[in-house]
Amino acid sequence: MTEQKQDAPLLEQEFTVEGGDFIHAGEVSSKIKRILKDIGISQEVIRRTAIATYEAEMNVVCHAMRGKFRLAITPDKLVIVVQDEGKGIEDIDLAMQEGFSTASEQVREMGFGAGMGLPNIKKNMDDLNVTSEVGKGTRVEMGIFTEQ
Amino acid sequence: MTLGEMKDVLDAEVLIGDECMDIEVKDAFAADLLSDVLAFAKEGTLLITGITNPQVIRTAEMLELIGIVFVRGKKPDEDAVKLARIKKVPLLSTRYIMFETCGRLFSSGLVSCMKRVEND
Repeated sequence: MTEQKQDAPLLEQEFTVEGGDFIHAGEVSSKIKRILKDIGISQEVIRRTAIATYEAEMNVVCHAMRGKFRLAITPDKLVIVVQDEGKGIEDIDLAMQEGFSTASEQVREMGFGAGMGLPNIKKNMDDLNVTSEVGKGTRVEMGIFTEQ
Repeated sequence: MTLGEMKDVLDAEVLIGDECMDIEVKDAFAADLLSDVLAFAKEGTLLITGITNPQVIRTAEMLELIGIVFVRGKKPDEDAVKLARIKKVPLLSTRYIMFETCGRLFSSGLVSCMKRVEND
């Protein structure tokens, strides 16, 4: 029985993002983009994934204390799971609506907090699953097929 | 229109990317809201903005934008310039306000990356 399990990832990597660190915000997305380029993922998929991971990374920086990004690459799909420690989301349906935001004034002055983050992740990825526990943190799982 | 021609039209200063002036610019997007840039700008689009923090460079990197024009005489902060140099994002600064900048570029033949948003 040499057959590999279908969903066993070819590559798995973990990254940490610190909440409130606006100077380094985006570095993890940049690293993930680099990895996807190096392994020859198509331009379109890289771009869509980069936008989604950057939105997710800004969410952690703006709203949480810290977050872990786990990138898993299988033969037909990229899956990124973001688990943060933070205040969580009270109403996920509301958070998924364009224009809804709880971002601080500081975040808005930087050009974010327009309530477009999660909707933009949804637009760019093939699937998105958000779960949250208030006072504990939020888990965002997003996937995209490598062949579009 | 090339970045160099755009520099002339906007009487702009090149902050990063003197060697990129021959690059052709196909279309543009203008906003001070990075959330909107991330949602609407396309690959290779020129960004016209008044936002000067490092996140604007990150946004350009993620979207693979062709370059950034800062309006109203704004200049990016040191961290942003450093990052732009590493990521090779051309940066220009013009004293024209955003409306005038867009108008001048549009009159010179540069088009929008999208005309309008879809209906809900």
